[in-house]
Amino acid sequence: MHDAGAEPGVDGAAGDEVAAPRRRARIALVLVSHSQQLARGAVELAAQMAPGVALHAAGGTDDDGLGTSFERVSTAVGDALAEAEGVVVLADLGSAVMTVESVLDMEDGFDGRVRLADAPFVEGAVAAAVTAHGGGDLLEVLTSAEHAGGTFAVAGGAGGQEGAGSTAPREGDRVSEGQGATPGATVVVTNPLGLHARPAAVLARLVAGYDASVTIGGVNGASVLELMKLGATQGQELVVAGEGRQADAAVDAVVAAITEGFGEV
Amino acid sequence: MTLDVAWADRWARLSAERIAGAKDELTELDRQIGDGDHGENLDRGFRAVVAKLDDAGDLAQVGDLLKLVATTLMSSVGGASGPLYGTAYLRAAKVTGLETLDAHAVVALLEGALEGITARGKAVVGEKTMVDAWQPAVDAAEAAANDGGSPVDVLAAAASAADAAARATVPLVATKGRASYLGERSVGHQDPGATSTAILLAAARDAAAVDVGDGR
Repeated sequence: MHDAGAEPGVDGAAGDEVAAPRRRARIALVLVSHSQQLARGAVELAAQMAPGVALHAAGGTDDDGLGTSFERVSTAVGDALAEAEGVVVLADLGSAVMTVESVLDMEDGFDGRVRLADAPFVEGAVAAAVTAHGGGDLLEVLTSAEHAGGTFAVAGGAGGQEGAGSTAPREGDRVSEGQGATPGATVVVTNPLGLHARPAAVLARLVAGYDASVTIGGVNGASVLELMKLGATQGQELVVAGEGRQADAAVDAVVAAITEGFGEV
Repeated sequence: MTLDVAWADRWARLSAERIAGAKDELTELDRQIGDGDHGENLDRGFRAVVAKLDDAGDLAQVGDLLKLVATTLMSSVGGASGPLYGTAYLRAAKVTGLETLDAHAVVALLEGALEGITARGKAVVGEKTMVDAWQPAVDAAEAAANDGGSPVDVLAAAASAADAAARATVPLVATKGRASYLGERSVGHQDPGATSTAILLAAARDAAAVDVGDGR
């Protein structure tokens, strides 16, 4: 039972961890799915956006069938805890949630260091990973995952419209009315594919590094999902505004990153 | 008959035998109102339990054995019944760190199991789930213990109550679990989880009735 497959997640994250031995995030993630492939795929996706985060996949039953394994989840959580101060777990469907709860139930010794997020699997994993990468603590990472749920639903109307209205200076302006706010800068998206997943993650991580809250096109610049929802395309103008101690520097950095085109130009 | 770790071992092995025998029936019940994998999942889980028991060294307490059953079911069943039964055995294990069980310890075991199932599945009586078999079983066990029944009497009372209760799930409308997707159409079918509960409790009773010289 402890042999091959007991630690299915390591391979998904290991490559990135080796490639990016930067400072390790405080919070690790465990992604639990009925399907080993789905869990590994979610790890792969989140790892691309948040290479500094330890990600563990725990998918499938012990004999690699569809379902969830107490032992795999338990092992993954244990491994994750060994390298982080806290762990956020995401699960895909009902009985996966029950398996995670069983593990938490059994291991009374986790001392509140492990939390199960009530979040959509893929969106929650990506959002949580990016927040963890930015140095978020357990509660911040958990909240990030749990707030991922409504992101795409809200996008329904405007998101697909080539960003119609997503330059949305209204919200940006509102933010810039706050005290200590920068008036905001306008930047044109230069890279051909616009703010797809990877650039959105780059921006979110960038923003998280500053002591400032930043809006980009009217949405929270630290939220990879909200940035993706913008659907901002090449040539589109976005207002970048900031608030807080390092607002100016943060806005400058965001403008520079978008202008430089994320290495895709 | 002493309810000790040898009894718990026989209970687990007899459960595996009975579940294997009822696999097709459980799967058919589940096919009617669920996703048709209950028999197969539980059979896989209990076969894994037997393999673990064969490898396990000597266990001293009933709770040690129940904990082994719990973790094995959780790891090998796959479907929702894994964590549900797994947590049931786990909570039961927590209150049976004893070498032998008296009547009240048997009640505590069953109460622990029920508590585990409701903690995990959030179901209450009347929703056409395994709780509909467990709750009457616990009630009957309590009554038997309060009447001064022996540990075996308590198990027998629980098993009979669970069996009757499982059959009484036929007219219920499912409002929890997979069968709830069917709503009114779940009426007329016996709940597979309540049925497997009755099988497991009958095995507990029968394992106590058989006096085997060598429990292993």
